[in-house]
Amino acid sequence: MVSNPLTQTQQEIVDEFALFSDWQDKYEHLIELGKDLPLIAAEHKTEANIVRGCQARVWLNAELKNDLVHFTADSDAMITKGIVALLVRVFNDRTPQEILGASTEFVDTIGLRAHLSPNRANGLSAMVDQMKRYALAYSAKS
Amino acid sequence: MALRIRCVVAPSRFNEFTLMKPAAVNPTFDVEEIRAQFPILKELVHGKPLVYFDNAATSQKPRRVIKAESAYYATINANVHRGVHTLSTKATEAQEAARETIRKHINARHAHEVIFTSGTTASLNLAAFSLGQLLLNKGDEVLISGMEHHANIVPWQLACERHGAVLKVIPVTDAGELEPQRRNDATGSATDLFTERTKVLAVSHVSNTLGTINPVKKLIAEARKRGIITVVDGAQAIPHLDVDVQDLGCDLYAFSGHKAYGPTGTGVLYGREDLLERMPPWQGGGEMIDTVTLEKSTWAKLPFKFEAGTPHIAGIIGLGEAIRWMEDYDKAAMAAHEHMLLEHATKELLAMDGLRIIGTAKEKVGVISFVIDGVHHYDLGTLLDQQGIAVRTGHHCTQPLMERFGVSGTTRASFACFNTVDEVDLMVTATRKAVKMLR
Repeated sequence: MVSNPLTQTQQEIVDEFALFSDWQDKYEHLIELGKDLPLIAAEHKTEANIVRGCQARVWLNAELKNDLVHFTADSDAMITKGIVALLVRVFNDRTPQEILGASTEFVDTIGLRAHLSPNRANGLSAMVDQMKRYALAYSAKS
Repeated sequence: MALRIRCVVAPSRFNEFTLMKPAAVNPTFDVEEIRAQFPILKELVHGKPLVYFDNAATSQKPRRVIKAESAYYATINANVHRGVHTLSTKATEAQEAARETIRKHINARHAHEVIFTSGTTASLNLAAFSLGQLLLNKGDEVLISGMEHHANIVPWQLACERHGAVLKVIPVTDAGELEPQRRNDATGSATDLFTERTKVLAVSHVSNTLGTINPVKKLIAEARKRGIITVVDGAQAIPHLDVDVQDLGCDLYAFSGHKAYGPTGTGVLYGREDLLERMPPWQGGGEMIDTVTLEKSTWAKLPFKFEAGTPHIAGIIGLGEAIRWMEDYDKAAMAAHEHMLLEHATKELLAMDGLRIIGTAKEKVGVISFVIDGVHHYDLGTLLDQQGIAVRTGHHCTQPLMERFGVSGTTRASFACFNTVDEVDLMVTATRKAVKMLR
């Protein structure tokens, strides 16, 4: 399967969220998206795979498959899980270079700015950083 | 009982066994008149009127406090206790007037027993560092409780590490009350947590997470009989209770300004004069010295020995104003109003399926922490925020307490005098809506 460029997936998400004018619909959609997240295998749900900086627990794992970074994740909070699912949808099965070069402005565009702010309670930037760290590690290997 | 607890109102399901006498809510208490003094309450959050229920983290500020702080900068800004010029004199007088206001408010004997700090955290660090130097030796014990804020745990851990002392903990019951008598499982006899090695007792007056009002006066009396130095974390008590340090009998009492309608970055450590005289300074610098040579310095007299550097003058002046503002109201009426909010919120929240309140002590201030089956506190906090409602979610800087109750965090609503029953109803409706979305 040839995937869309990363920016196209981001645009799809922006378009999708543009359909919702009301916060409730937006968050309900986010919660639904969380249910499609490729779940992390039980053996990878370890302390080492917890993303630091999130108020809810987030586990993130990455493997390199055919030169593409494959992410799996989980969270004990549903909104957080939805946000992780959005990120995974954008970054999953991309080359390390694509991931490293990507911006995350789309999160701002879809009106989830609160989750982006760089404080301890909001771990979105921590998740992005963690994904980019995986990509960096794999780019060094490949 | 000279510790005049302000929360003397209609008995709730949690205090029906207490001796608190029911009292009618003072009809003169006008919450709308109070609300009009808080400019921030006119703000919209996500297009909705702000409902601010995070007062245990920091309270909002009345206009008088904001004005007092900015008036200092606009008219008398100068460093205190240094210049001979007019502004410096005026700034010094304004700061010292705030100290006297606070002295009276907590009924300290002397104004120099009131030390200004940057907040409760700094006050407790000062206490732990200095008392550690003065009192702690290898094998000595410091007794804290299982419901302490990290600010009343970590400084003692550090002090214990420095001096080879041991940290002991008063357990917390399922209701969220202190259990000073621990049952020895093997013998069935009660074990006293105070030992001959206990040097310091450091407990919170009111729990920031549970709202529990601890029987500190009784604990202090027990400790004093044994010659133990007592430290009270009063951060959550000052905005809600009448605190009389002489009546409590404590040696040190720490609190913040910003949780009591005052500015952030302000705090107080009250200390009994004779103990403060014996305690070594914590931080060195300007203002806290008498003479300095390159070999040795001597310390300034109280309170300056503990006030190194330029203080938060504007904030201190604002704090004085905040205390005066609180004193302008009928405290019993204010407390009764907050207690009424607590009871209403408790009743309405408990009607929700799968909701559990963490902290059901008989005596509580207006703090309500809860968990809901199948709902993560972070999700709930986010969805409440979308509806304009500010609550705190997480461990509230009390991780050992969260572990005690087997939860990763709670959602906490904490009330101030400017909150209303309508706001509580909004929170309950918003919570129901959020839970529906999340289940």
